[in-house]
Amino acid sequence: MNTFIQVMVNGLGKGAVYALLALGFVIIFKASGVLNFAHGSFVLLGGYVAVRTQDDLGFTVSAILGVATAGLGALFIERVLVARRPLADPIALALLTIGVDVILTEEIIRRLGVELPFLGRPYDGKPIQVGDITFFRTQLIALAVGAVLVTLFFLAFRLTGWGVAMRAQAENREAAALMGIRRGRVTAAAWVIGGVLAGVAVLFLATQDFSGSGLSRGTHAIALVAFPAAIIGGLDSTEGAIVGGAIVGLTEALSAQYISFEFSKVAVYVVMLTVLIVRPSGLFGTRERTRV
Amino acid sequence: MLLQVSDLTVRYGRTIQGLADVDVDVPPGSVTAVLGANGAGKSTLLRAISNTLPLHRGKVTSGSITLEGRDLAKLDPAEIVMAGVVQVPEGRQVFTTMSVEENLRAGGLIVAKEKREPARDRVFELFPRLAERRTQRAGLLSGGEQQMLAMGRALMSSPRLLLLDEPSLGLAPKMITLIGEIIREINAAGTAVLLVEQNAAMALKVAEDVVVLEVGRLALKGRAADVKDSPELAALYLGGHGDSQDDTLSESAEGTDAEPATPVARRTLSKWQG
Ligand SMILES: Nc1ncnc2c1ncn2[C@@H]1O[C@H](COP(=O)(O)OP(=O)(O)OP(=O)(O)O)[C@@H](O)[C@H]1O
Ligand SMILES: [Mg+2]
Repeated sequence: MNTFIQVMVNGLGKGAVYALLALGFVIIFKASGVLNFAHGSFVLLGGYVAVRTQDDLGFTVSAILGVATAGLGALFIERVLVARRPLADPIALALLTIGVDVILTEEIIRRLGVELPFLGRPYDGKPIQVGDITFFRTQLIALAVGAVLVTLFFLAFRLTGWGVAMRAQAENREAAALMGIRRGRVTAAAWVIGGVLAGVAVLFLATQDFSGSGLSRGTHAIALVAFPAAIIGGLDSTEGAIVGGAIVGLTEALSAQYISFEFSKVAVYVVMLTVLIVRPSGLFGTRERTRV
Repeated sequence: MLLQVSDLTVRYGRTIQGLADVDVDVPPGSVTAVLGANGAGKSTLLRAISNTLPLHRGKVTSGSITLEGRDLAKLDPAEIVMAGVVQVPEGRQVFTTMSVEENLRAGGLIVAKEKREPARDRVFELFPRLAERRTQRAGLLSGGEQQMLAMGRALMSSPRLLLLDEPSLGLAPKMITLIGEIIREINAAGTAVLLVEQNAAMALKVAEDVVVLEVGRLALKGRAADVKDSPELAALYLGGHGDSQDDTLSESAEGTDAEPATPVARRTLSKWQG
């Protein structure tokens, strides 16, 4: 039982990080119609700035810098590649993001060289012992940060003018334009949010507790789990991204504990395929239905 | 003139002509109707005015569109809304996943905060039905209610010119009559209206001026009162009894989007062109 609680809490902690990644991916898709395959490289970009500055500036400042850089990087990609092609084929834009991903990732990996610097000094590797249950501080903080950010996001999404504009534009681009909603502002904000969430996620991904590895190609690989998380939830559902993230985190943790560590990555995709067979548009998605 | 469309020619893609040399004027404070069969270019005209043609891979190739002398062609859709020209698109296109209130909010995003609440109150006054259903998802409203919402949403920015694209489409006769009355009310409050319709009976009841488009060209232009009694238009749209005012008439007029209307239209209207 204790093991189960431990696995669940740590799984949810990981799930919170995946949820942040999936949410960013979904917001970008909803606002601009682009499947952003460069999401993993936004993670590396934020992480790279953070690890390079943390010795001089301390963790907090470097974390903020990293998050801001990831947000600005996403904005740059949006301005240069997406905003100027309002009528481009979404598939062509998705292919462009693959190009961005390769360039950014390879350059950061080259700059990192053989070091694999860790992030998360204030919390990483300092587990909390409650009875015979071990909680990883990284996962607990990830859970708390994830909960706060997700709550803030949904409040903004439901209540602010930006949220209304974003949902309007996601549902019906022409009608939104006819209301005077400027697509460019909505998409720019969406990419910044996506980048920022990726920048926050890496603060937990490149840790001993989360992956046992510092910032590396492995971080990028883990970030790719955002895709199955978003697909499970439904690509155009923000709520789905949160649920999908949690499902992926728990699937990984439970299957690693009770089946085998090697199987845990496969398990995520087994779950994804199962969901897709039962519900082709994902748990909360509507894309499939509305396209018909 | 409030709105002046001159010699407007629109192309879709490389080859498809949407409009050719069309002139339409909307005097301030009036209702001007644009009639025409399917594919006549009515929606194309509104898209050109709102500058949303690029979303349909269309383009104005010549002509001008001015609002009180100001060139609208250089403005983006948001600037056109800010200039006071707002369109209710064909098929309502309310935001189905959002509530009635959120739809209205979307319509008012572009105006100053302090103007939004009074605007919403006015919309609820005009459409009490919307006030009753304010928290309901727009997708669950009836067709008539969705049309009201689409119009209310457009009124949130207090436009000087309202562009309506076939507001009667798919509605029952009673609802069409109601929508017609509401258009008159909106107009009485000072908003000019450019009303695109296939339902000539309703449009002629509401409008002062009429323009008829036929396959992208201007076929007929005149005062509604004169055109209403013309046998040609009657034969075209009203099945031969053009002066009737009741709902049965709107009902039969609703049938004009059936195919047979088009050949008749072409034959009759070519006379008018000569
Ligand atoms: N996106 C588009 N691409 C190519 N051609 C188009 C496009 N939209 C409209 N057209 C063509 O332009 C012409 C005018 O179309 P438009 O939609 O303006 O007609 P309409 O009068 O609004 O018809 P309806 O009453 O059916 O709505 C038609 O021949 C149509 O086929
Ligand atoms: Mg039309």
